[in-house]
Amino acid sequence: MDTLQRLKDLAVSESGFVFDPHSGQTFSLNETGRAILEALKRGETVEQIVTDLRQGFEVEPGADLGRDVHEFLLLAREQGWPVPQVEAP
Amino acid sequence: MSLPRPSLTIAVTGLNATDNPAPGVGVIRSLRAEPSFGGRVVGLAYDALDSGLYSREIGLDAGFLIPYPSQGVEALRERLRAVHARTPLDVIIPTLDSELPAFIALEPELRSWGVHMFLPTRDQLELRSKARLGELGERAGLEVPAQRVLSDAGDVYRLGAELPYPLVVKGVFYGAAVVHGPDEAAAAFHATVARWGLPVIAQRFHAGEEYDVVAVGDGRGGMAGAVPMKKLLLSDKGKGWAGVAVKDPHLLEAARRFFTATSWRGPCELEILKTGEGRYLLIEVNPRFPAWCFLAAGAGQNLPWAVTRLALGEQPAPLTDFKAGTLFVRISLDQIASIEDLQSLATAGELLRAREGP
Repeated sequence: MDTLQRLKDLAVSESGFVFDPHSGQTFSLNETGRAILEALKRGETVEQIVTDLRQGFEVEPGADLGRDVHEFLLLAREQGWPVPQVEAP
Repeated sequence: MSLPRPSLTIAVTGLNATDNPAPGVGVIRSLRAEPSFGGRVVGLAYDALDSGLYSREIGLDAGFLIPYPSQGVEALRERLRAVHARTPLDVIIPTLDSELPAFIALEPELRSWGVHMFLPTRDQLELRSKARLGELGERAGLEVPAQRVLSDAGDVYRLGAELPYPLVVKGVFYGAAVVHGPDEAAAAFHATVARWGLPVIAQRFHAGEEYDVVAVGDGRGGMAGAVPMKKLLLSDKGKGWAGVAVKDPHLLEAARRFFTATSWRGPCELEILKTGEGRYLLIEVNPRFPAWCFLAAGAGQNLPWAVTRLALGEQPAPLTDFKAGTLFVRISLDQIASIEDLQSLATAGELLRAREGP
């Protein structure tokens, strides 16, 4: 099964509670994490996700959003979450 | 579509619902949840205090004590004959590993009485035994952990490099202990033999996530239904206290392969470990429903009802869909019962209840 389909199968509630129906794992995401996950489910790249976050959230000047997204993906992967492999920024 | 069965009488064993519960209560709750079933349910118990006998929720119409498996096939035959004379049975669903050989031996005779079961054959039961897991894995194309069958305590000192520690020491029916060296393994060997007898199995320990699949084989190599589950909470005995239905296609494929390879007839539970590297290892196959089988009914597959229909010679359409994310969370509670109920079970070995309502 391809990664994108597994991501699409993740059930995400409005409160950020995530259930992976393949593994039975559950996660709690904050608003930003939920936005990143929804973007991943749409098949967006890290660059597109960063652009989305800049448009959708108030971002402090100098914040390295690319690194934050990358860290999110690493943590998600550690949890066994099916996210795409990305190069470190 | 299932024909209405208003007058069917189904007997179920395994009513000892402790913190390591037998499957009977889950099986009966599943049957009661089937809209087309309005018949009678009879509990077959081994002890007058088996807690399922006292459950008002599952609505037993009658309960009978039956002899322990150690008393042999003859004792079971005579007791079932007496039960059948008192409350004519249509179907029996045995739910305990240790009683299966006797029920399998009695299946042809019970059928001649008009009592039906849907059980594995003796050969199927033997093939899925813990001691023959390697052979089963090879035949089904499923990866299994390396293991050795131990027949005396000295064997643990001869395991050598083929089975590095830690190991899991398992009993032939139940019980498993993780051990980290030969002395610990020898102690576990003796404890296991004292409880369950020989043989004992030493299996390589793998770290990973454990999944269980409750499934029913149609006896012709097909799968009548299957629901995988991930345990979310364990009791101090290591038993699942909460779990969630999951839809990992690898787990369903493992069940399918098991049925294709064995033409398994009846219910079973596959225990499968998913390692950190994403390998799926078949750890063992239990030849009966697990205690958590009501989760399958809650998720959309009433497998005990499927077994009932198969036992009656019907060919129900395979159950393929279920709702991933359906949870079970177990509860312990105190049931209130009357001393008359205990007295009836302890002295006459039976408890007959009048049906409430019209």
